[in-house]
Amino acid sequence: MTNKDIEALLRRELFEIAPDINPDDIDRGADLREEFDIDSMDFLNLVVALAKNLELDIPETDYSKMSSYDDLAAYLRLRMS
Amino acid sequence: MVDDLIHKKPDQAAQANMPDYSKETEVFSWAKARGLLGGLADGKLNIAHECVDRHVANGAGAKVALRIIRKNDDITEVTYDALFNLTNRFANVLQSLGLAKGERVFSLLGRTPQLYVVALGTLKAGLVFSPLFSAFGPEPLQARMEIGGARVLVTTNALYRRKVAPIRDRLPELQHVLLIDAEDDGDALLDFDALLQLASTEYNIEATEPEDVALLHFTSGTTGRPKGAVHVHEAIVAHCYTGRVALDLKPDDVYWCTADPGWVTGTSYGIIAPLAIGVTMVIDEAEFDIARWYRILESERVSVWYTAPTAIRMLMAAGAEAAKNCNLSQLRFMASVGEPLNPEAVLWSAATFGKPFHDNWWQTETGGIMIANYASMDVKPGSMGRPLPGIVAGIVERENGKLHHIDKAMCVGELALKTPWPSMMRAYLDEEERYNKCFSDGWYLTGDLAMRDSDGYFWFIGRSDDVIKSSGHLIGPFEVESALIEHEAVAEAAVIGLPDETAGEVVKAYVALNPGFRPDKDLQRSLRGHARQRLGPAVAPREILFREKLPKTRSGKIMRRLLKAREMGLPEGDISTLETDEK
Repeated sequence: MTNKDIEALLRRELFEIAPDINPDDIDRGADLREEFDIDSMDFLNLVVALAKNLELDIPETDYSKMSSYDDLAAYLRLRMS
Repeated sequence: MVDDLIHKKPDQAAQANMPDYSKETEVFSWAKARGLLGGLADGKLNIAHECVDRHVANGAGAKVALRIIRKNDDITEVTYDALFNLTNRFANVLQSLGLAKGERVFSLLGRTPQLYVVALGTLKAGLVFSPLFSAFGPEPLQARMEIGGARVLVTTNALYRRKVAPIRDRLPELQHVLLIDAEDDGDALLDFDALLQLASTEYNIEATEPEDVALLHFTSGTTGRPKGAVHVHEAIVAHCYTGRVALDLKPDDVYWCTADPGWVTGTSYGIIAPLAIGVTMVIDEAEFDIARWYRILESERVSVWYTAPTAIRMLMAAGAEAAKNCNLSQLRFMASVGEPLNPEAVLWSAATFGKPFHDNWWQTETGGIMIANYASMDVKPGSMGRPLPGIVAGIVERENGKLHHIDKAMCVGELALKTPWPSMMRAYLDEEERYNKCFSDGWYLTGDLAMRDSDGYFWFIGRSDDVIKSSGHLIGPFEVESALIEHEAVAEAAVIGLPDETAGEVVKAYVALNPGFRPDKDLQRSLRGHARQRLGPAVAPREILFREKLPKTRSGKIMRRLLKAREMGLPEGDISTLETDEK
């Protein structure tokens, strides 16, 4: 899976959860939950969906590595490499 | 159930503020509980005086009141002295804005240092404090500020732009908006810090009567608009007492309440009770994060921790491993509120932390903890515990305007509380009829179904109405349905809460479409986006399904209950009033 594929998946799953937010309009280095206006439940659903799609086991203790859009994308790239 | 009993040892019980529940229940009186407070001259009482000024007068001003861990891990400490000065300054600011006694000051803030200054400064000035939930969208915010007649709002730049600016022109009564991170852009917004700087630290606290209104907390019913539950300064008698016996708080404690400041727990037990007792509060500005939470518990040496089932179940899902490496030897007492804590979570906590979470039960309307598991009392996992000393709880049935009391053990009925008590709501703002409906024969009817066992422990069953409880937040289905119907594609909508492992319940919507709209994935997303923009992430449905028709009674009322029963594969119950069925 290329970095581009990972990015596309991330955007797709974020779109499912927060269809009212355009990922091009957000600050990618800022707090992901604030930028996408998602709460803890949404965040959990997002991670579960990503894990399922990528066939990854994402432990809860890794959630702190996903605090911004860029962090989350980087985390997924690292896990898929 | 009995096999799971968590027994408290006598030496443990002896160390609790309330060593013996039965004895305390016998000797308790609210007059005695009032004695825990200082009070003002001539029988006057002001919450802010009890939370701040009293400690300063008693020489405890140098003690840290708030230890706020910022999102970037910086620490902001506020002593009782500093809080005294800051709240005096803010009371002066409010006075200079020309507010009259009893007018409403709203906050739309996260757990920032300013929140505490706003809440307590407002009370000092004899004004009414009303907190809003920052995960609400513009519509719930507008409804609450409209009903509450908000005169002042304190918020952040980002929250203002996103959520308040679009509705500002619909709030003519809102005179002043103060931003805690104001940018100098010349519009009609006020700079909180600048105003505070200019204000004097001298202020004569308003000598409020115990029955003067202090707090306005919004809650949701099945129908109609949100209700503003009115609480008075006298409520602090219950806040302080319950803080002592139900949370076992002592002045030397380091206390962490994880509740959001936008809900009643964030005020009653996130501000008032702990400060009245004089503890040091740890406050995490960031949102829930497992590794961060364990780190805070350890590094801040938290001794009393009050959190919610959703968070506990997420910790549980992460496994005991995550807790293993941290030293939690300082942690003495753990409590939970928001929705019933399942027995598995209680047992897990006992195994993981060496002590159980103590579930307790109360509502926005009760103002403070009413039924609890106490530090000195054996815990039956899954039970909400026993009524607070001074509180009489019953299981009742409503029969033609009369109450029938169910005395038999383990029989389900509506949970009711004998009136009055100090933190009982005094009104739903401007809604006398809805308020009166909550009372019968001198009892407050909670709308919660429960049962009592032969030992006097209460067990939660569910709601008697269609109100949804998600992650501890009460959500009125009507508010959600109204927002959905505003979408051009939606003809009618029904909203229910479905059981969820983590959140207790999640919001699910069924919609029937107007002619010319196709029920497809794009429309589903459009509806979800629409609902999120208006209601915010906490209230918007997580799932939206299309139906050709919704089940309705002859009078046209949508039968939410039937949708829920079908969704859960439960018996449909009495459907004799069903006129049009679901399709």
